[in-house]
Amino acid sequence: MALTTLGIIRLRNLFSVVILSTIYSFLMATLLLIFDAVDVALTEAAVGAGISTVLMLTVLYYTKMNEEKPRYRSVLPLIICLVVGGLLIYGTYGLPPFGAADTPIHTHISVQYLERSINETGVPNVVTSVLASYRGFDTLGEVIVVFTAAIGVLSILKRDKV
Amino acid sequence: MSFEIYHFITSYNYYIIIFLMISGLFIVVSKGNMVKKLVGLALFQTSVYILYISPGKIVGGTAPILADGYTIYSSPFPHVLILTAIVVGIATLSLGLSLVIRINEEFETIEEDELFNNELNDE
Repeated sequence: MALTTLGIIRLRNLFSVVILSTIYSFLMATLLLIFDAVDVALTEAAVGAGISTVLMLTVLYYTKMNEEKPRYRSVLPLIICLVVGGLLIYGTYGLPPFGAADTPIHTHISVQYLERSINETGVPNVVTSVLASYRGFDTLGEVIVVFTAAIGVLSILKRDKV
Repeated sequence: MSFEIYHFITSYNYYIIIFLMISGLFIVVSKGNMVKKLVGLALFQTSVYILYISPGKIVGGTAPILADGYTIYSSPFPHVLILTAIVVGIATLSLGLSLVIRINEEFETIEEDELFNNELNDE
């Protein structure tokens, strides 16, 4: 995963960058599978590796395949990134250890969902029941976002000028 | 000192996330090509996915699909949030890519530097 990331940074041929990002998405889906997030892994494999790749290749078809050589040296961005990275590492000292069961994320609301969803919705997959039932309004908002994005894409790409 | 080592071992998932996050940020800030910037943005976004999902994992737990014979489940809540985030992510990505196509139609380039130069020459 780290190798593909470095490849994405270094390579100038945009086609290889897109293919590398597809590989990255599949690796990400595998990692999500290891973290027990099967639904998310499926979505990431379909959306991240499938649809994104198609969209990006379409854009490359309409535009250019190669990236120009950068005009400036990237010292300042590197410094910014290192500072942010240092701050993030400092932030990990406040976070719970990996894989423990007594952290707030497992003791607060998740327990409620896990205990009640089978009786209240009858769906064995808790992720589905939370997504479609308890947080249905969230999903509705998500649909609105996708709809807005579709309208945006159509209006940006409209050929005939008014 | 032993706390430091313990902390380092038990939070290695955060270091992976931070590495991915930083590389995404670096691409977005330093690269001039717009398609590459969007790839970097997607990279940053996926690192946030694991930032949410990895604390939800319990060692020895299983996926949150209720079945006989399992009692420990990973937390389902972050999964729901990230499912929404993935879909919103693809929406923003497609919007950005359509902007790139439009910019290329108008200015014949997808490099930021060239865009700035064109503007300077126009004035």
